[in-house]
Amino acid sequence: MTDQAAIGQTTTDQAVRSEFHPRWHRKRVSTWWWLGEWHYLKFILRELTSLSVAWFVVLTLFQLRALLHGPETYAHFTGRLQSPLMIALNLIAFCFVIFHAITWFNLAPRAMAVRMGGKRVPEVLVAAPNYVLWFAVSAFVGWLLLRTP
Amino acid sequence: MSESSIESMKTKPSNEAFFWLLFSAGGVVAAVLIPIQLFLFGLAFPLGWLPQPSYEHLMALVHSPLARLYLFVLCSLPLFHWAHRFRFTLYDGLQVKHLNEVIFAFCYGGALLGTVLAAYLLSSI
Repeated sequence: MTDQAAIGQTTTDQAVRSEFHPRWHRKRVSTWWWLGEWHYLKFILRELTSLSVAWFVVLTLFQLRALLHGPETYAHFTGRLQSPLMIALNLIAFCFVIFHAITWFNLAPRAMAVRMGGKRVPEVLVAAPNYVLWFAVSAFVGWLLLRTP
Repeated sequence: MSESSIESMKTKPSNEAFFWLLFSAGGVVAAVLIPIQLFLFGLAFPLGWLPQPSYEHLMALVHSPLARLYLFVLCSLPLFHWAHRFRFTLYDGLQVKHLNEVIFAFCYGGALLGTVLAAYLLSSI
């Protein structure tokens, strides 16, 4: 620690005299820094998918409450979901959730490099099982809800 | 990652690992299950693309223990995913370092509240 402090001291002393004087003052980053570039915008959009996730859970909690209160309340709940505003909100939320799913599944090959016979397995192949699982589970949930008992 | 998130990780390393685990578990659940759920209940049924399941059918489903577990996981874990991600969205996106504690309490308090509500609703249904 003391060594580092001493080094810091000397560099500071030298820095004063050098022409490459470090700038201690840091510029404040604008609140809207992410609007400038598509890469940053994509990052923020991905971060915002969490809002759609929360929206879905709140909706599901209301749905469970309506189910608990009986058939009339549930009919009222499903009626409300048909309003244009709710359709629009759910459409936006759906797009964000799909964006989350795709970015999430595509992270798997980045997180682990699978090797076979000394060669790295292409990213597409590592991500593929995620998609298979996704479609299988979706089909199962759809079947459970749509089958006529 | 910005400095604020790195700093907060340095202060509570063990806790951050735990919250990160909840975040990723919730991320998986949200990615695999929410799209189909939201598509059916939010778009396909209200718009009449697919026949709406009856109240009785849904109640019969909800009464099975496995479906309750499914619904509990579907509500709880994605909320913790939201809490983690939204927390860092606010830290990094808006650069509001002085509000970190408030943001933390709001996010995880919300996730906890939703979890308790889900448990209550599913146990009394």
